[in-house]
Amino acid sequence: MIREPRAKRSSRLSLTQREAIYAYVFLLVPLVFFATIRFYPALQSFRLSLFTWHVDPARRVFVGAQYYQELLANPVFHQALKNTLLYAAITVPVSIGLGLGIAILLQAITIGRGWYRAIYFAPYITPAVAIAWVWGWMYNVNFGIFNRIIIEWWDFVEGIGLPWLAIDPQRFLRDPEVALPAVAVVIIWQQLGFQVVIFLAGLQGIPRVFYEAARIDGANPWQLFRHITFPLLNPVLVFAIVITTINALQLFDQIVNINFTDQGGPLGRTLSIALYMYQEAFSRARLGYAAAVTVVLFLIILVITLIQLRVTQRRVEY
Amino acid sequence: MLGESRRLRRGLDESVRTSGRRPTGWAILAYVLLTLGAVIMVFPFAWMVVSSFKDAREVLSPAILPSQWTFANYVEVLTRTAFPRWFMNSMIVAVLNTASVLFFCALVGYVLARMRFPGKQVIFIAILSTLMVPTEMLVIPWFVMSAQFGWIDTYWGLLFPGLIPGFGVFLMRQFFQTLPRDLFDAGRIDGVSEFGLFLRIGLPLVGPGLAALGIFAFIGNWNAFLWPLIVAQSASMRTVPVGIALFSGEAGSAWHLIMATSALAIIPVLIVFIIFQRQIIEGVVLTGVKG
Repeated sequence: MIREPRAKRSSRLSLTQREAIYAYVFLLVPLVFFATIRFYPALQSFRLSLFTWHVDPARRVFVGAQYYQELLANPVFHQALKNTLLYAAITVPVSIGLGLGIAILLQAITIGRGWYRAIYFAPYITPAVAIAWVWGWMYNVNFGIFNRIIIEWWDFVEGIGLPWLAIDPQRFLRDPEVALPAVAVVIIWQQLGFQVVIFLAGLQGIPRVFYEAARIDGANPWQLFRHITFPLLNPVLVFAIVITTINALQLFDQIVNINFTDQGGPLGRTLSIALYMYQEAFSRARLGYAAAVTVVLFLIILVITLIQLRVTQRRVEY
Repeated sequence: MLGESRRLRRGLDESVRTSGRRPTGWAILAYVLLTLGAVIMVFPFAWMVVSSFKDAREVLSPAILPSQWTFANYVEVLTRTAFPRWFMNSMIVAVLNTASVLFFCALVGYVLARMRFPGKQVIFIAILSTLMVPTEMLVIPWFVMSAQFGWIDTYWGLLFPGLIPGFGVFLMRQFFQTLPRDLFDAGRIDGVSEFGLFLRIGLPLVGPGLAALGIFAFIGNWNAFLWPLIVAQSASMRTVPVGIALFSGEAGSAWHLIMATSALAIIPVLIVFIIFQRQIIEGVVLTGVKG
């Protein structure tokens, strides 16, 4: 508490009251915003998911949990859910592992560290929509650069008499088995720089005396990593894992644009929950059903975040 | 911050030089691997630029570089599509939202960090809890709301969801909390108004936080796709990402035009990034560490 000067005591409002009134005045507009643009819509999603959709609220019919039962039985939703979890299962460990590896390499160099860091980071801030088109072009089956490189390589290894090294041209985004990993590569490429930057900052925050002391005690590089770097980096790792997982669960921009004429294809093998929600809501005008999809997505994100926080926090105890 | 990283770097130099355990071979290996990775990171951008300078026939040929570099694709995209209009729309939305984010997130962050009033904790937790709600869950009610109030296809419709992000409030609160209390008590005793305390004493001291928040608000709005795709229904209200997605979708196999469009969306961002590289990356670190 601040000590109130005697002179001010005589005014009708105490300083504390005055401060509280100002606080509420300052918060007025933001609180109206949060109530109407964040809270009400979140609750409205629950409500919409229990009714058939009609523009006129009076003509929406209550259907209870029908949409939830429908989506739980719907094979397309199952596919979208499976794909989305696969995106997370691929992109999270790979981008964390690569990001940590690159950050450790960056720490080993001195000249040009800032530039390397900038190059790795650049894709992270560029628009995902445009990035998806660029990669879609590179993955193009007939004219894409990847297949051209594969064919050049084929000619090269045949030329030097080692034809068994040749690789077949790929159908990439047209191949149901390859499409999802191919999209995951794009996502990893784009968000890797974020991991690099925060891991590098985390590594730089570890006092060097810890390493020096451990080295004097005869610790090898693996022990240094296992017993100093890893535990001290743990808060940054938790942050990175949570952010990357949530991003993976909400994938939309890349998936729509990388295969624009067959969004979510081939055969629904790249379809994400967010894209499925969009298609149901805005292509088929089934807003109630789509709202149920978003409620399920919300619950998934909530549960995964809580599990991750719990699991990863337990490991901090060292 | 800067001084600290310089000190850390000097410490690192010394440890590399003095410890016999780290031979220079390790540094050379690091350079080789990092350069290899950097080539992979840059390649898609380079290939986009190269493709955008080829003509319709050559873009489908095996040639790596165009035999004749042509600006025709850019001219065609800029004249045939409404790209200048999309660019202006994106700019309007990003600038207005960034201004709103900076002002309101700082104000709310300040109030929650520095002012005393009943219900503060409840309000803070309520705002924090909005971070757990994914945008996907909000777009359908936003759409219903926009249809009801006639916000579809308007600038207000494009920008209202991003006016005050909960994350920004959280970030600014963290920054204001690190300031010494004496500063504000002294201001109060000197008779500075409550708003003056925020504007003239608090704000100038959270410059790095504001810079980081402003950059992210701008980039986030500039790159946003899902909500603009829903709310912008006429061609004239599209933002850059929506415009290039729908144009490229219609362009079929005109990859020379699609790459020129992508380049027009990506290159301005890259130029801004090159100029403000240090501030942007430090912003990520600040928000990552504080958040």
